[in-house]
Amino acid sequence: MTTVFGVPLPAILGQLMLGLVNGSFYALLSLGLAVIFGLLGVVNFAHGALYMLGAFAAYIGLQVFGVNYWWALLLAPLAVGLLGIIIERLFLRHLYSVDPLYGLLLTFGMALITEGIMRGIYGASGKSYPVPHALQGGFNLGFMVLPIYRAWVVLASVTICGVTWGLIERTRLGAMLRAATENARLVQSFGINVPVLVTMTYGAGVALAALAGVLAAPVVQVSPLMGSSLVIVVFAVVVIGGMGSILGSIVSGLVLGLVEGLTKVVYPEASNIVVFVIMALVLIWRPSGLFGRE
Amino acid sequence: MRLRQWPYVILGVLALAAPFLGLYPVFLMKLLCFAMFACAYNLLLGYTKMLSFGHAAYFGSSAYVTGWLVTLHGWNTLEGILGGVVVATLLGLLIGAVAVRRQGIYFAMITLALAQLVYFLCLQAKFTGGENGLQGIPRGSLLGVIDLGRDRTMYYFVLAAFVGVFALIRRIVHSPFGQVLKAIRANEPRAVSLGYEVDRYKLAAFVLSASMSGLAGSLKALVLGFVTLSDVSQGTSGEVILMTLLGGSGTFLGPAVGAVIVVSLQEYLSDLVGAWVSVIIGAIFVICVMAFRRGIVGEIQRRFEIFTGAA
Repeated sequence: MTTVFGVPLPAILGQLMLGLVNGSFYALLSLGLAVIFGLLGVVNFAHGALYMLGAFAAYIGLQVFGVNYWWALLLAPLAVGLLGIIIERLFLRHLYSVDPLYGLLLTFGMALITEGIMRGIYGASGKSYPVPHALQGGFNLGFMVLPIYRAWVVLASVTICGVTWGLIERTRLGAMLRAATENARLVQSFGINVPVLVTMTYGAGVALAALAGVLAAPVVQVSPLMGSSLVIVVFAVVVIGGMGSILGSIVSGLVLGLVEGLTKVVYPEASNIVVFVIMALVLIWRPSGLFGRE
Repeated sequence: MRLRQWPYVILGVLALAAPFLGLYPVFLMKLLCFAMFACAYNLLLGYTKMLSFGHAAYFGSSAYVTGWLVTLHGWNTLEGILGGVVVATLLGLLIGAVAVRRQGIYFAMITLALAQLVYFLCLQAKFTGGENGLQGIPRGSLLGVIDLGRDRTMYYFVLAAFVGVFALIRRIVHSPFGQVLKAIRANEPRAVSLGYEVDRYKLAAFVLSASMSGLAGSLKALVLGFVTLSDVSQGTSGEVILMTLLGGSGTFLGPAVGAVIVVSLQEYLSDLVGAWVSVIIGAIFVICVMAFRRGIVGEIQRRFEIFTGAA
């Protein structure tokens, strides 16, 4: 059997695949964070909790209402996006005039409430969500077996990231969004309804988190705390990529997932700290992040 | 005596008499430890407007080191505390040096991520006991003379340490160094243009805050006799922010008041409502941020100033 550094090749490829799956979640989540931060100037600490709600929406949908995976992919982001719109209207909106730190603190409080409620109802243990029929099994590539569902997660999130990037960079709506990020007051004076744009952006960013949650439901245990440590890793990813950069957040999400997977092969003890170490190194070398401008 | 000094006199008398008022001494000591932690945190958030989201790293690592030195290496109490504080200070220097390169929310996210790194190190390191934590930490004695095993004696020891830290923070804030910190809080670019090396001042404030947080953690380990992973976790970092915010950041007494409220709430509510306690904590967070940004003591001071005509 082929080995690299004494580790069998299929094991390495398997870990890299897992890393790429995690990287897809990082990319989706950091993309949402970057879009929200760009326009609202708010670091959305509730992102992990809303990702968890997305996964739970899929789980509850299946258990209680018999909603299948494909409908969950559509409905869970819509429901969580709606919740995001309510949060923005009722709370975040009133904080734009004060220090941006308050936005971070508010969303931190929101995350505690959301996770607390879900833990109060469902307990701390994980629930499993079945892989949909059409995506069960795996391709035999000769040197390894590629689970279809994992391949689907990577494909789906890369596609979603690409579409979102295209929406922002290539459409009229995206142009408005970018202009409002640059100078909201000027854009408002051109007759564009910026407050609605802001609300919708928050809703969309949060919906991306919920979508990541639905995609994750069959590969991780659905539990109330599934997002609370993930969001910190995603923060590190965003710092590494450079906060304002849409493309930077997608690329660094995927790459860091891979790096994490590779670390699991080479030095497993360091796998859950490698992203933070890289963040510290990047900050020393380039304080504004790899893709950031400042 | 001036009107402003009365709260300190009343609180001082209350603190000295507290063990005789039928309050459980261990609970009182826990309050003091968290009050010290929040006051140390306030030096950063309140006076320099640096929102560190990872202060549990210094609190918890110092608690672990003290516990480890005292339990497994037979160091005496003061040496153990000193060892913990030194580690917290070095950690603060290391993390602070990286974090002060960015401001505002970036600073918050970086301190959060690096504190998570410390959390994972504590989870995996041998000396912390991993998931089990450290247990049976002896309190020892003060210089071999005063036995700290008795709750009342330990209480006065912790109280003395708290008063020391509180006085030190007042001294720092009122010193020329503290004035520069407040200048940075008010307008950082202007402080830079006045020729201050802002990053150095911020790092100094960060390290001071980290070492005092470490002292609070060490004392907590000795008081309760155990250290667990929750002492270095994100939750503890969030709690100290809430204590400071609720009591009033940038006021001397505020963080202590906030600590008393938050710790008491947790103590009494966790029996009543279990997991829902984090919902209540989160809700207080939301209320503080939305409607109550000055905090309790900040509000009282403002009313008082309007009332007396001094502004």
